Amino acid sequence: MTDTSNRDTLTAKLLQRAAPGRAEFEDLVIVPIFAVIVALIVGALVMLATAVDIQTIGRSYLALLQGSVGSINSLSETLTSAIPLVLAGLGLALGFRAGLFNIGAEGQIIVGGIAAVIVGFSFPGMPWIIHLPLALLAGAVAGGLYASIAGWLRAATGAHEVISTIMLNLISYRLLDYMLGLTWMQREGRSDPVSKSVVPSAELPRLLTDIDPNLRLHAGIFVMIGAVILVYWLLFKTKTGFEFRASGENPDAARYAGMRASLIIVLAMATAGALAGLAGANQVLGVLERATPGFSAGIGFDAISVALLGRSHPIGVLFAGLLFGALEAGGRQMQVDAGVSIDLIGIIQALIIVFIAAPLLVRAIFPWGFRKPAERKE
Amino acid sequence: MDVELRGITKRFGPVTANDDVNLTIRAGEVLGLLGENGAGKSTMMNILSGLYSPDEGQILIDGKPVDFEGPGDGIAAGIGMVHQHFMLVPVFTVAENVILGVEPTGRFDYLDLATARKQVRDINEKYGLQVDPDALIEDLPVGIQQRVEILKVLFRSAEVLILDEPTAVLTPQEVEEFFGIVKSLRDAGKAIVFITHKLHEIIEIADRINVLRGGRITGEGDPKTLTENQLAEMMVGRPVSFDVKKGPFDPKETLLEVKNLVVLRENDEIAVNHASFHVRSGEVVGIAGVQGNGQSALIEAVTGLHHVTAGSISFLGKDITNASARERHRMGMAHIPEDRHKSGMISNFTIYENMVLNTYYDDRFSNGPNIKWPEVLKTAAQYAIDFDVRTPSVYLKAGNLSGGNQQKMVVARELERETKLVIAAQPTRGLDVGSIEYIHSRLMDARDEGDGVIIVSSELDEIMSLSDRILVMFEGRIVAEFDATAGPVDKNAVGLAMAGAHE
Repeated sequence: MTDTSNRDTLTAKLLQRAAPGRAEFEDLVIVPIFAVIVALIVGALVMLATAVDIQTIGRSYLALLQGSVGSINSLSETLTSAIPLVLAGLGLALGFRAGLFNIGAEGQIIVGGIAAVIVGFSFPGMPWIIHLPLALLAGAVAGGLYASIAGWLRAATGAHEVISTIMLNLISYRLLDYMLGLTWMQREGRSDPVSKSVVPSAELPRLLTDIDPNLRLHAGIFVMIGAVILVYWLLFKTKTGFEFRASGENPDAARYAGMRASLIIVLAMATAGALAGLAGANQVLGVLERATPGFSAGIGFDAISVALLGRSHPIGVLFAGLLFGALEAGGRQMQVDAGVSIDLIGIIQALIIVFIAAPLLVRAIFPWGFRKPAERKE
Repeated sequence: MDVELRGITKRFGPVTANDDVNLTIRAGEVLGLLGENGAGKSTMMNILSGLYSPDEGQILIDGKPVDFEGPGDGIAAGIGMVHQHFMLVPVFTVAENVILGVEPTGRFDYLDLATARKQVRDINEKYGLQVDPDALIEDLPVGIQQRVEILKVLFRSAEVLILDEPTAVLTPQEVEEFFGIVKSLRDAGKAIVFITHKLHEIIEIADRINVLRGGRITGEGDPKTLTENQLAEMMVGRPVSFDVKKGPFDPKETLLEVKNLVVLRENDEIAVNHASFHVRSGEVVGIAGVQGNGQSALIEAVTGLHHVTAGSISFLGKDITNASARERHRMGMAHIPEDRHKSGMISNFTIYENMVLNTYYDDRFSNGPNIKWPEVLKTAAQYAIDFDVRTPSVYLKAGNLSGGNQQKMVVARELERETKLVIAAQPTRGLDVGSIEYIHSRLMDARDEGDGVIIVSSELDEIMSLSDRILVMFEGRIVAEFDATAGPVDKNAVGLAMAGAHE
């Protein structure tokens, strides 16, 4: 009798989850916040060093704030910029979790965008309820297939995905240039490489045109939210996600547990590519409405930062993507209002990543924000 | 040179690793230091070698207090440590390794190898180490590599030698030779600290024994009068049984049949050379051998983790030579991997995730694509209770558990299901006496319930005490078989077979 009740108490105790520790809070919240602050300060020093006067620096940071969250228009711009970053970032995060360092989001965005734009202009007259999902799906499938090439190379031959995805990026640039010159792809009456426009039934509808017709926020935000939920579910609730994470953390133990490494690699790459492809589709169907040379605009590389900043966690990626979207939208405002180059935003983004990657440095700069190392060992 | 530790206390946050430890090390004496993992042996030795500084207490050398500020200070004061894991450059010669960091140099930084070799040879002769200064490390057996480590500290004029678990990698014959060297060092006036958890060794070699438990010295004594049971009780804090309880030997049908198995390593060297054996229900087959003689490859081939080049494996009457690891696992093959950190568990995963690392796909734990986490959690808590995994919560990362508890977690995962054949590779390596006792008894329970059990271990004592039948592997072949049910097996004969004398 007492034995069973004893056992029950023990079971209950074992099932208790320790409250998230102070150390986790410091890692996930305090370090990123301080990293942003330090990056802004160093950014100001960079501006000083390039002979920008203090007043202009003040104005530019004010513009950064206004341009990112200061008005409905800024919020709309922030979200619009964040959508592809979050989508591609989710894909990269998923790859990182599975131990794959995928540098190829840029190429997967391009290939996904091409596929989406082709579907987008090819079926005029199709009802939007079929056409739009079809175009998005085309982007995801194309991105997924493109990324699987690198996955398959890794699984079958051991070719490292860092190298193969970089090569696939280069191929995708030329593929885009080539396709934009094809007669069935190029817009009629244009000599420069621009694709035909996506017909309205395949466009991601703008959401806030009732308030102001210039607001660009589009339905891609729902795709983004759906993707965050989907990736969270996949990684943490499913067998496949368990396999991804196990192979990422300890490939040897995963193999010993009977998981099939090659299958997992191809599957993880394909899923990552599909998400990047969706980001590409989102750009051509929601923002640009066509494909142009270089429409990927480095989103695939910024997404690497987003995934790292978000600690490869879907919720983290969401916040990191929003931050980077805000920096981008604010940066444009900064350029207009204060005449400071938008490249400064690139510098600030890079600095944030540097400081996130060096938590010890942040701890050293802000010792009062953290408990002493000795107290942390619990 | 005599060294005294006086009232040494060392804390790491709330954990007190050493609590008011007093220890005397005398010249011309072997001090045996006995303790479980986590008892504070390593902390104490790291304080002695200058790596840590104590929070309280003093180190006195020949009566004079010293203050070590860095890892170099210990060796400068004449205290040398021989680590369990060798720190040698494989492509360098013995002499080059010995002088590494303290090279005798001439003008313009000219490396004076001739002098070095002579010095190495002198030390060699003085203590009877018998190591060729010009041999490449990678060509030497482990036993000799260990002597090179000893040469290294002697070359740095160490008067106190700390030997950390020195016999873990040696064959019984090598252990005998090694003890000879330890004795000659002692007779030459060196002070030796011999750290181990093997009771019979400490009784054989030590002149004086100190037992450490929970950071404190819990026992001190004369090896001539102490028994293994007394020492074990001091070490664990409760009586420990060394007799593994097992039921009468009653083997039934053959479960596993391996015929003419050939397994190649990545570099096409032969790892397993035409090995044939069988395992019956209700019997324990021990596979003895010095590490690196093909045992690992044999186990990997049997469990489906390594490609079989020739020969066949059948399990429960079915040919499984080409079956996947998961298929074999589902048929009832349990595998406790030899290196739990590398392949048995995922340190960064929680305990409950590790508990289902190879059963998550089972209908019990999954529903379509989803894993039933509530079910997993409940089961993991039950496993933890059943197998005495001591943890505050199953949400804890497995990496935060002690080695013994990690291994119990792995054993729980493998045994808590319908098993037919249990393959345990080095099941108790690096564990404390309490955990060893527990894991042994669970393995014997599996045998008594009718499972076949294969135990691979480099600890001959473990093989001897558990096995009904002992196979010895040497250079990929099974060179000898001993029946342990008829009467006690001659340990010496097994040891000789391990060293290849059966040819």
